[in-house]
Amino acid sequence: MSGVCNLKFTEFKSDQEVRWCPGCGDHAILNSVQKAMSELHYCKDDVAIISGIGCSSRFPYYMDTYGFHTLHGRGAAIASGVKIANPDLHVWEITGDGDALAIGGNHFIHLIRRNIDINVILFNNKIYGLTKGQYSPTSNRGFVSKTSPYGTIESPFRPGELCIGARGQFFARTVDKELKLSIEVFKEAAKHKGTSIVEVLQNCVIYNDKIHAEITDKQYKDDRTITLRHGEPMIFGKERNKGLILDGLELKVVTIGEDGITEDDILVHDAKCEDITLHLKLADMEYPKYPVALGVIRDVEASVYDECMEKQIKEVSEKSPIKSFKDLLYSGDVWEVK
Amino acid sequence: MGKRSKVIEKDEVVVRFSGDSGDGMQLTGTLFSYTSAIFGNDISTFPDYPSEIRAPQGTIGGVSGFQVHFGHSEVYTPGDYADVLVAMNPAALKANAKWMKPGGTIIIDSDSFDEKNLRKAGYKTNDPITEDKLGDFNIIKAPITTMTKESLKDMGLDNKSILRSKNMFALGLVYWLFNRPLEHTKEYIRKKFKKKPVVVEANIKVLEAGYNYGSIIQAVTPSYQISPADIEKGYYRNINGNTAVAWGFLAAAEKSDLPLFLGSYPITPATEIMQELSARRDLGVKVFQAEDEIAGITSAIGASFAGNLAVTTTSGPGLALKGEAIGLAVIAELPLVVVDVQRGGPSTGLPTKTEQSDLMQALYGRNGESPAVVMAASTPTNCFDYAFYAAKIAVEHMTPVILLTDGFLGNGTQPWKIPDLSDFPKINVPVVDENMREEWKPYIRDPEKLSRYWAYPGMKGFAHRIGGLEKDYITGAVSHDPINHQRMVDVRQAKVDKVVDYIPELEIIGEEDADLLIIGWGGTFGHLYTAYEELTNEGHKVALAHFNYIQPLPKNTSDILSKFDKKVVCELNMGQFANYLRMNFEGITLKQYNKVQGLPFTVKELKEHFIKLLEE
Ligand SMILES: Cc1ncc(C[n+]2csc(CCOP(=O)(O)OP(=O)(O)O)c2C)c(N)n1
Ligand code: SF4
Ligand SMILES: [Mg+2]
Repeated sequence: MSGVCNLKFTEFKSDQEVRWCPGCGDHAILNSVQKAMSELHYCKDDVAIISGIGCSSRFPYYMDTYGFHTLHGRGAAIASGVKIANPDLHVWEITGDGDALAIGGNHFIHLIRRNIDINVILFNNKIYGLTKGQYSPTSNRGFVSKTSPYGTIESPFRPGELCIGARGQFFARTVDKELKLSIEVFKEAAKHKGTSIVEVLQNCVIYNDKIHAEITDKQYKDDRTITLRHGEPMIFGKERNKGLILDGLELKVVTIGEDGITEDDILVHDAKCEDITLHLKLADMEYPKYPVALGVIRDVEASVYDECMEKQIKEVSEKSPIKSFKDLLYSGDVWEVK
Repeated sequence: MGKRSKVIEKDEVVVRFSGDSGDGMQLTGTLFSYTSAIFGNDISTFPDYPSEIRAPQGTIGGVSGFQVHFGHSEVYTPGDYADVLVAMNPAALKANAKWMKPGGTIIIDSDSFDEKNLRKAGYKTNDPITEDKLGDFNIIKAPITTMTKESLKDMGLDNKSILRSKNMFALGLVYWLFNRPLEHTKEYIRKKFKKKPVVVEANIKVLEAGYNYGSIIQAVTPSYQISPADIEKGYYRNINGNTAVAWGFLAAAEKSDLPLFLGSYPITPATEIMQELSARRDLGVKVFQAEDEIAGITSAIGASFAGNLAVTTTSGPGLALKGEAIGLAVIAELPLVVVDVQRGGPSTGLPTKTEQSDLMQALYGRNGESPAVVMAASTPTNCFDYAFYAAKIAVEHMTPVILLTDGFLGNGTQPWKIPDLSDFPKINVPVVDENMREEWKPYIRDPEKLSRYWAYPGMKGFAHRIGGLEKDYITGAVSHDPINHQRMVDVRQAKVDKVVDYIPELEIIGEEDADLLIIGWGGTFGHLYTAYEELTNEGHKVALAHFNYIQPLPKNTSDILSKFDKKVVCELNMGQFANYLRMNFEGITLKQYNKVQGLPFTVKELKEHFIKLLEE
């Protein structure tokens, strides 16, 4: 069983010098994770942080926990092996938009489908940082980069949509510099049993600076994002007077006090709803038509792979006549030569 | 039982059952070999089936075969040529007649030799015996379909169910030919169809009808007499190489006290290992059916990082996909066993056929200087031992080990004396201990083996980070230092080289002054040994050196090779092991005998070639 510790967040820092570019959003995410782990009362030795390859995937080196910096795209599969081998561990996977959604896309969707109890932090800077600035599977259509000098001619994945499409039961979104929200969301992800995907809108100052700025900058943030919390009305805006309603099959932004709209008309967020319809719509909201949803969008309980594995082993071994390898050797068609 | 007209006494016999892939020939062959094994014969079997599950009925492509070789003394191969062939349709006759010994017995289902089936099989006339010049064979034309229908006519079964038990008639007839009891097969049928008494009754009826038919026609048919072999006392079971591999890992888990994890993706001819271990939830085995081969191996690496005995199984195309991840296990210095049940390549190649053409891929198919231990099993039953030792080396030396078997070993069966696990050594897990905590660093090494120590998540006080970037020689922290990289490349190689001190020396079978040294590795052992044995009995001076350990090579390899002037390396590829030996032993002169037809060697072709070499 994993233990309960009271460690300061600084105790989760390793002795390695943090090598991300100054001003990179990854620094803030590292802080938020360390604080979340401290607040979750994790013990260092129960934590395994698995990453793929990318700037973001350097993360495990900076944590004084068990860590494994693996292969490009394969973090999800390696983390799956770790968790199945020892379900008592807190297994976190750190990945980038290229790592998780391009080369590792197959492992990403299958991890989610299986619902193995792993917390995935997806650093979405909409660029390949480590290889110095090529477009990624989350770059917007038309995005100009070193490998798309005339603009991309492909549509991006939306991580939330992909997650829910792969039968994801937990999806949340936060912003690198919003430490408070990130800590809250990481803790929710940790508490959720099963695969949790947290997309962090991350800024790459060097190759894709300000890519999320029109949403996340201080002066816009309140009007262009909405922070969802289970059981609370979907209200946002500097004046806290805007909200979301359902208009037919579509979400619609309305202003409280206009056209007879009152607070009672505003949708109340139900993250625990099994039906994906509304969650998908919320996850897909894009500026300028909608505010971008932050916070926990979906958090639904379902069967967890690693728990089912343990349960099945227990049930089968109780029932099976084969209790040891020797029993197996002598089972079935065996004869004696005298 | 009536008196037999003519009894042929033989030391060994090869029987081949063949029919359409829906005719149940695999089961028929398995039941026959089981009965022979219980009777006390030594046996070796090999199934030969098409890669399409249901290739067009009645065509050559759809023929499925099962060959059983059994004898009064030890047998090492399923046999080159058959003494008895069962052909359930014209296509089976067409495909297999060329694999018959002169004067052998061919049993055909005469009912299926109609115009339509003859054309489908590619016969131009309605007389296949004359057309294919089979006149010298002893041909038993049995109306198997009619007789099967006849014996079940009162049971109220539908036509399809009736036809499905045709194979039991053929089996009964073959039992008569060899004077074998029906009891074991009846027992099997009763067990298998426990819930369907009608099916039990029908199958047994047809089996007996086949046997009785034999005694009716005995006036015209010789029967065979093969006495039991002189076999070591003990408990036995039949086992094929794939199951033996799976069980070898179970034994290793027990001897190391580690939980067993398999991450794998189905691929012919390796899938059975995964299926076998999937059934072993009762022994706590965790099998993870991954989304592809890459996830198969990487999940296993994750499990190894977390302290499990981790294994991944595949065939050639899958090994290609696993290359990058094997490199990760090399640099992270984690124990891992990768099994490659080789098949014909390149690409999808010949999925159901055997070959030894992945040797270079296993040795070198990775980026960077990426040494791993490579070993090969050589008989279906020793797949158990080599799986066990692959796991032992992986764990004790903290290294990936690639175990090569092949389709021939994986699917071939032999009787196996059930081992006593107390005869197997303990596997010592190089796990960190409490006393080390102060001075421990992730890459400090055992001074003898040069392996690092295993500390896995959950252990108090050993939290550390590893990864695929080059690491500092001691701390394991990321290092780009040039001299450090050289040192790390050297030590990873030295660690694999050190394994040589923990593996057995190479043995020469035969005399040191032989005129020809036959060299082989892996799954060709049975054929090479039989050729060696027969040539020796015929008065030729030959010797055999067969390799199971390939990287590192046994310590005395060079000594042995230098004792013989004339040496021939025989392998089912274009010469990969021969070239590997040339690379390792500068100036060595080797002849080669290679075959890439998706088939094992035949003893006959080997002997002919060796005699030619001896005369040169
Ligand atoms: C097999 C393989 N292919 C390609 C690369 C090169 N590569 C390393 S990281 C990377 C993309 C990283 O992008 P992302 O996952 O978004 O991470 P970021 O650097 O943006 O955090 C690529 C293409 C590699 N290391 N391995
Ligand atoms: S390149 Fe971009 S993502 Fe990478 S460390 Fe620098 S700022 Fe961060
Ligand atoms: Mg990126």
